[in-house]
Parts: sequence; C-alpha cells; structure tokens
Amino acid sequence: MHLSETIISLAPWLVFAPLTGLLINLIFGRRLSEKAVGTVASLASGAAFVVSVLLAYAVSINHGEVMRWRLAEWIHIGTLNLDWTFRIDSLSTTMMLVVSGVGTLIHIYAIGYMHEDVRFKHDEGRYTRFFIFLNLFIAAMMILVSGDSYMMLFVGWEGVGLSSFLLIGFWFEMDTLGRPSWANSDAAKKAFIANRIGDFGFLIAAFLMFWGFGSLQFDQVFAGASSLSAINSPLTVAITLFLLLGVAGKSAQIPLYVWLPDAMAGPTPVSALIHAATMVTAGVYLVARSAPIYATAPAAQYLVAMTGAITALFAATIAVGQYDIKKVLAYSTVSQLGFMVAAVGMGAYTAGMFHLITHAFFKALLFLSAGSVILGLERGHHHAPSSPTLPPKGEGSHRPLSPRERARVREHHEIFDPGDMRNMGGLRKTMPVTFWLYIVGTLALTGIFPFAGFWSKDEILLDASLHFTGIYWLLTIAAFFTAFYMGRQIWMVFFGESRSEAAAHAEESPKVMTLPLVVLAILSAVGGGLNLPFEGFHNLGHWLSYTLGEVESLPLDLTVAGVSTLLALTAIFVSWLLYGRTPLQAGQIDPLKRLGLVFTGMENKWFVDEGYFAVIINPFKKISQFLADVIDWRFWHDFVHDTLIVGTYNWLSTIALDHYADQKGIDAFANWLGTATQWISENVRKIQNGFVRSYALAVMLGVVLILGYLIFK
Amino acid sequence: MIPVDYYIILSAILFTIGALGVLIRRNPLIIFMSIELMLNAANLAFVAFGRSWEITSGKPFYTGQIFVFFVIAVAAAEVAVGLALIVEIFKTKKNINIDEMNSLKG
Repeated sequence: MHLSETIISLAPWLVFAPLTGLLINLIFGRRLSEKAVGTVASLASGAAFVVSVLLAYAVSINHGEVMRWRLAEWIHIGTLNLDWTFRIDSLSTTMMLVVSGVGTLIHIYAIGYMHEDVRFKHDEGRYTRFFIFLNLFIAAMMILVSGDSYMMLFVGWEGVGLSSFLLIGFWFEMDTLGRPSWANSDAAKKAFIANRIGDFGFLIAAFLMFWGFGSLQFDQVFAGASSLSAINSPLTVAITLFLLLGVAGKSAQIPLYVWLPDAMAGPTPVSALIHAATMVTAGVYLVARSAPIYATAPAAQYLVAMTGAITALFAATIAVGQYDIKKVLAYSTVSQLGFMVAAVGMGAYTAGMFHLITHAFFKALLFLSAGSVILGLERGHHHAPSSPTLPPKGEGSHRPLSPRERARVREHHEIFDPGDMRNMGGLRKTMPVTFWLYIVGTLALTGIFPFAGFWSKDEILLDASLHFTGIYWLLTIAAFFTAFYMGRQIWMVFFGESRSEAAAHAEESPKVMTLPLVVLAILSAVGGGLNLPFEGFHNLGHWLSYTLGEVESLPLDLTVAGVSTLLALTAIFVSWLLYGRTPLQAGQIDPLKRLGLVFTGMENKWFVDEGYFAVIINPFKKISQFLADVIDWRFWHDFVHDTLIVGTYNWLSTIALDHYADQKGIDAFANWLGTATQWISENVRKIQNGFVRSYALAVMLGVVLILGYLIFK
Repeated sequence: MIPVDYYIILSAILFTIGALGVLIRRNPLIIFMSIELMLNAANLAFVAFGRSWEITSGKPFYTGQIFVFFVIAVAAAEVAVGLALIVEIFKTKKNINIDEMNSLKG
C-alpha cells in the first residue's frame, strides 16, 4: 500500500515528462544538435512510459482498485466541481502503456526518418519543431487517457486534435512530393474541421451529461446512468449518440472518416503514431470508458457497432483500389478502427481494447516500414544512374551539357512519387530487413495464426457471431478484403521486377529506424499472448475487468477462427493470382481494372469526397460566398457601414455639429461677444470727449444722484 | 444770533455759483476762481456747523475750523499746481481756452 502511494504520486509526470522534453527543445533546441533534440524528446516519452509501467504495477498490486491523484483544483462553479485529477485504473494504464510505449519507439524512429526526409533540407528549426509537436501530442494523449472526468478527457481530446493538425500540416508549404502547394495545409484543415464536428458532438454530450447527472466526473456519471435511463431514456440515448459523433470524428468512422486518409500528408512517423496507433483509438477508449452509460442504451450500442462494422467493410473496399502505399494503410486503419468500434459497440470491450493494442503494434510497424520503403526509394531515386553525372568542378565546369545529358537532367527533375506502389516492385532484394518487417506486420494485420492480429480479430468476430450475425458477416467480409489489399501491397511492393530506376537502386534504412521496427515486429508477432482464448490466459480480460466489471471470456471457437483464417488465406491466394504470379510491369494497368465500375469506385474512394463537396462543402462555400459578398460586404459594409453609419456621422459632423452647433452656436456666440464689445466701446468712447467741463458736469450729476439717493432712500 | 440755516443757504448759493462757473466758463483762471468759490462755500459750511455744534454742546469744539485751514492749504497748493500747468499750456498752445485741451479724448 505504501509503495503504491509512492508510485501514484508520480502520476503527474505522465504529462510533465513530455512537457519537460517539449520545453527543453523549445528553449534550447536551436543550440542542440539533431541527435540531442531527438534524444531529449525520446527520453521524455520514455520517461512517460516508465511512469506508465510503474502505475500499471501499482494497479496490479492493489488488485485493480481505482486510484486517483489530485493535482490541482480546476473548475468550481455552482454545482460543477472539477479537479485536475489523474485516474489510474487498469483501462487507463493500458492506454498509457500503448501510447507511451509505441510513442517512444516512433520517437526513436523519427530521429532517423526526419533526417532522411528529402523535404527536410537541414532546417534545424524544423527538425526541433517536429519533436516539440510529437512531445506535445504525447502530453495531450496522456491527459486524455488519465483524466478523471469528461472535461479533462476533453482537454486531451482537443490537445491531440491540435497536435494532429500541426503535424499533418508539418510541411504546410508543399504537397507530399515537396512541390510548393497548399495541399498539406488543406489536409490539416480537413482533419481539424472533421474533428471539430466530432468535438461538437462530444461537447453536446458533456453538456447533456451535466444536465442529466449534475456532474462530469466519471464515477458520479456512471453511478447515475442506470437510474437516469429509467427516468429519461431519450436523454441517455442522446448522450450516447452525441458521444458516437465524437467517436466518429476522432476515430475516423463513417461519416467523418474522410480526414484520416488525407492526414497521410504528414510525415510518416506521424501517420504511424497519431493516425494509426494512438490518437485515432481515443474514440474506442471513450466508448470503453463510457461503458456504464452505453450499457443502459442498447439501441445506441447497436448503432455504434453497426457504424464500426460498415466502416470496416467500406474502408477495406477502398483500400483495395489505392496505389499510394500510405493511402492503403490509411484506409486499412479506418477499417481496423471500424473493427474496434464495432467490438466496443457490441459490449465486447476486452476484444476492442485487445485489438486496439495489437493494432497499435502492427499498424505502427506497417506505417514505419512503409516510411522506410519510401525513404529507400528516395535514396534509390537519388543514386539511380539516370541521375546526371555532373561534370566535376574545375576545368570542365564550363563545358555545355550534351543534349543527352540535358534530357537526363530533365527526366531526373520530373516529379517522382516514392509512395506510389506502381513505382516499386522487387524491393525484397534491395531492402531485406524492411521486407521481413513488413511481412510480419502484414501477417499480423491479416490475422494469420499465430500473429497478434489473429487473436484480437478473432475475438471480435467470435463475439459478433454469438450476438450480432449481421455485424459478423460485415466484419468477416472486411477481413477478407483486408487480407486481399495487404497481399496486393506485398506483391506490388516487394515482389516482381523493379518498375522504376529508383526501386532498382533502393537502399536499406539505417539502424536507428530499423531497430524500433524490430521491437514492434516482435510485439506484433507475440502480442496475441496478452489475451489467449484459453482458460487461464485471459490476461487482458482479467486485467480490464477491474475497471469494466465482469467481461465475457470466450473460449476459442474453431469454426470462427477457421473461417476467418481460410478467408484470409484465400484472399492472399487471389492477390497472388492477380499480382504475384504475373508481376505488374512498368506502366501496366491494374489487373483489377477488369472489374470495371466497381474498381473505378474503389480507386476513387467511392466518390465520397466528391459527394461531400457536392452536398456540403460547395453549397457551404456558396453560402459563405453569398454571406461574404452580399450580406457582409454589400449589406454590412456598403450599406450599413458606408451608407448608414458613415452617412450618419457625416451628417452629424457636417450638418449637426459643424453647421449648427459649431458655426451657428459656438462660433456665433464668440462673434457676437466680439461685435457686442465693439459696439459698446464705440458708444461708450463718445462720453470720453476730452472736454473738461463735460467731465465736471458728469461729476456733478454723479454727486447729485448719490446725494439724491442718500436723501430720498 | 444768526441761525445756522442762513449760513447753509449762503454756502449753497456760493457753491452753486462756483459750480456753474466751472461748468460754464472757458477761461481756466475764471474756473480756478469758481473752484475757490466752491471750496470757500464748503469752508463756510464747516465753520457754521462747527460753531453751531459748539453752542449746542456747550463745549469748545474746533474740528470744523481746523478742517478749514486744511482746505485753504490744499486750495493754495492746487492753485499753485494749476497755474503752473496753465503757464506751461500757454507756452505750447499760445492759448488757454479750456475746450482746446481735449487731446485725451477716447
């Protein structure tokens, strides 16, 4: 007990550690070398991981008892009492471990990656800024998962949204290929706006909670949940549905998922850290955290599960038609998040959290490996013999280039997309380490025994098959597509012949990048051990039951596992038939084009973005244009401001003030004073005529008057 | 004994004559004489009242008489200054008409 109290007092360092790293880099970053900046940031994140491990240990020796550490008073208004309290229980420590653990590995990877990035161009400030943003993200995410109230969760929720915006738009002045453009900054804005819509839902839900429960503190809300649903079940449903909107925004579910694929504009470590492993799982965490509320609204639960399942299938179909290596993984992330949301919607919180953890491992692995592939291609592109050999400096430097050399220069400066899978092929020979890491990630994602994804996905499918047959089939088909698009990716990227000079000359990434990947690969391989479906091995389920109450611990169902494995193998086989047996040649169109319209739909993301543009964004822009041009400019500016207000002021100043008040009032009075004085003196001076006798007469008359007054008074 | 009223009336007549002289005449010498008349009218009134008060109270009382000496002294001084001015004016203007001396008019 004493030990756990000592450990719990470390809880604020979950947030302070990354903040310290942030401050050090912010203040001294310019004077530190690249390596030092990256080390500071990684250590800060690592410190948070150490604290998380200690906290998890404290929870386990306290047998899952919820522990709180009150840091400061926060909001005390009327009946609203919120403190800045860290909540340490098995659910929050699980999230902390994932976030800081995967986060630290990605920090280390980023030290190498950001240095290699062609867009980096040795801008020290940019490099430092990247790690500042990464630490800011870790701090915000820690607030999100450790908060003891919905408001504190919301602070972290907004904080990660901000970090996400900053990092997606990290190369804000160029597009993904480094050309000057606003594409990246548009992607950042898209992510931020889609998230804002979700945040709006979250806020409304929080307001309704305060209205219904009189509190935003987790335990008080949960304590009132069942009694409230008995009295006012529409309110409970409203709360859960608005929360679902928040989940859809942050965890990229239909209808708000569109931001996540565009978020790939950010540097690859960001895609791995924020847009695959941690931030996007915040929605899943939110539903798991709000389990007692969802338990009272089965209809909302079903809607959550349905949203997740449909998203899982929908995004998986889009992933099939993508050519960008990161876009495939992005849609895969949306799809896998759909699995998690479906799981927590069904009430299978353990399965959902389990998949969250394993997905964090293998999706971070896949993204970082994809980053390694992209950098390998960049290097290959740089060193490819088609790049012109410039004449050595010195006597030959004035020699004009031959036409052949000029053509080479032109070709070299043509835009080359290192992320396009059609430019790859045959990379297993040039990048063997990355190849094997990618294979591990793919097997984990597709759910092949005994990799992590097999266990977690299988648990979700099993739960669905027992309770919701419709969702089970949706998810199973999604799993089939998952295996197919991952197979397609593997064949296109690593097998066959190189389809570009860059791919042929690709080079393996340095150790600072591959070592974190090896760790992630090991975790992806054995991560399933967290929660094996055998008696006595439901470790994660047991651990989470401290927080979530008794959860179903299902035994392995060979039918479900067999069907999903069989489907995955079939899908990989089909992908081999299409892409592996006869490898794609340079310039050859995708064999799936034969599907016609269906593939065109997949390729173009089912035209969802275009639909949003047609239905929402363009009308919105038109309304904005109308409001700006007509209402704001012509009405408010031209009419109200220029005509009414300026006119009134002009009238006031020229007519009322100038003409009447000033000229006719003040001026006229002053003039009158002058003329009156003049007139009086004109007349009075006549008395002073210089005749002594008239003066004497005046004196006389004066005396007579005074005497007369004295006599007759 | 002659009642005090008679003195007052004589004093008033003398003063009026003097005042009229000041107002009407243009020769400064005549005006001086008229002023002298007015002063002496006042002197007469002083002396008459002083004497009257002495009789009424039965105590020796010389305030009025003493005041008269002051007036005579002032009158002498005034004439001295005035005649000196007139002489100077005559030297510049070759004329002592009082109405010509109006250079201080407004």
